[in-house]
Amino acid sequence: MTRIRIATTSLAGCFGCHMSLLDMDERLVSILEKAEFDRSPFTDIKHCGSCDIGLVEGGICNEENVHVLREFRKNCKILIAVGACAINGGVPALRNSFQLRACLEEVYLHGEGVENPQIPNDAELPLLLDKVYPIHEVVQVDFYLPGCPPSADQFFRMFNDLISGNEFSLPRKLLHFD
Amino acid sequence: MMKTDNRQDQAARNTITIDGQEIPFQHGQTIIDAALEAGIYIPHLCHRSGLSPHGSCRLCMVDIVDRKETLGDSDRRREGKIQEETRSRSVAACTMPATAGQWIRNNTPELNEARKVITQMLFTEGNHICPSCEHSGNCTLQAVAYYLGMLDGHFPPFFPRRDLDASHPTVMLDRDRCILCELCVRASREADGKNMFAIAGRGTRARLIVNSASGMLADSDIEMHDLAVHVCPVGAILIKEQGYRVPIGQRTFDLHQVEEIDLGKTIPPEMGQK
Ligand code: SF4
Ligand code: SF4
Ligand code: FES
Repeated sequence: MTRIRIATTSLAGCFGCHMSLLDMDERLVSILEKAEFDRSPFTDIKHCGSCDIGLVEGGICNEENVHVLREFRKNCKILIAVGACAINGGVPALRNSFQLRACLEEVYLHGEGVENPQIPNDAELPLLLDKVYPIHEVVQVDFYLPGCPPSADQFFRMFNDLISGNEFSLPRKLLHFD
Repeated sequence: MMKTDNRQDQAARNTITIDGQEIPFQHGQTIIDAALEAGIYIPHLCHRSGLSPHGSCRLCMVDIVDRKETLGDSDRRREGKIQEETRSRSVAACTMPATAGQWIRNNTPELNEARKVITQMLFTEGNHICPSCEHSGNCTLQAVAYYLGMLDGHFPPFFPRRDLDASHPTVMLDRDRCILCELCVRASREADGKNMFAIAGRGTRARLIVNSASGMLADSDIEMHDLAVHVCPVGAILIKEQGYRVPIGQRTFDLHQVEEIDLGKTIPPEMGQK
């Protein structure tokens, strides 16, 4: 039996969703009998191959996020927005009430304890977007797993449904936005 | 639950029927108040029993159905076809008075889908970042979203810029989360006798304003025991220095579904009693 391939990534997120996925603990073993990870922070594979499922944590805050997200969309049959940030920008989107320049100045020029104040400008750094966006603003998203983070039980339920080919549904007790 | 198909009987009994369940009502009562009293949940955000109706959030839309079922068999034959339900019209249950014999559809997939879309609009036109909101778990907007199975905002977010008013020592107003339901406006006028709030502007410029010389809460007569402070269904009006007393995960809608809760009772009884 070929195992289903899952890719995961964290964009403008905090890795909390990935930590929560790992919180499935020993239940992961049963999942890994039927699934394997492609590009993911768990494998360190740098680019996405052809996958069945892509899980995206985090919103879109810079140009690199956009490239990674498009790579995921191109290679994953089912793309899932995981967690509050991927779904509506989440906590990083709190910066959307301010101009980008004001954010940079606050952190790098006027921030507490800043020495040699300057706004980083290295060509290697991905350019920041004016705002933090939910991923459905950039690509088509097939499913949403809300929560900040979604609980291990939610992840387990989702993997089980997807692996067994059931339609994914979230019981109301497991639905939460925080 | 009584079962009836006969409109005349129902008229005589002063009852309405919601999703097949016949319930009594009092003269002058709205459909939603009759429903809630009978333990039937109709989703709502801008309604609160005891305050005048507003009819702005549109979550309580129900269908009032004209039925031909009351026709006898011979009448049906004359019509040439059997038509169970003829016309239906959508009304706001919080503004429509209950009248005897109304046949109402409430908990249907179509209405709940429409309600979900309205809820998604409310989320996307404000800044609702639940993980950073003190009201998360106690918020009726969020609870209604759970009830309707809303998973995402669907629409492109507005990310509006709205003013925050933290000038008052005990009460704070975060307009990012205001859904313009006017519950605070009505509570202040009708229960607190103060007229502290109003909505100014129209469309996307509509915003909650404070009735004080500077327009700030600090210069207003608001007090933390006012009903207006406690009636807010979202995390727009908050009381300072009480944040997270009840931890996330143990709050009202962490433990209960919205339809199980009498929202009027979530406000401590001493509030607004003057
Ligand atoms: S007011 Fe309610 S819906 Fe809005 S951010 Fe707070 S908890 Fe979420
Ligand atoms: S502050 Fe709260 S109660 Fe007042 S209009 Fe806004 S959402 Fe409604
Ligand atoms: S509750 Fe009826 S329109 Fe808001």
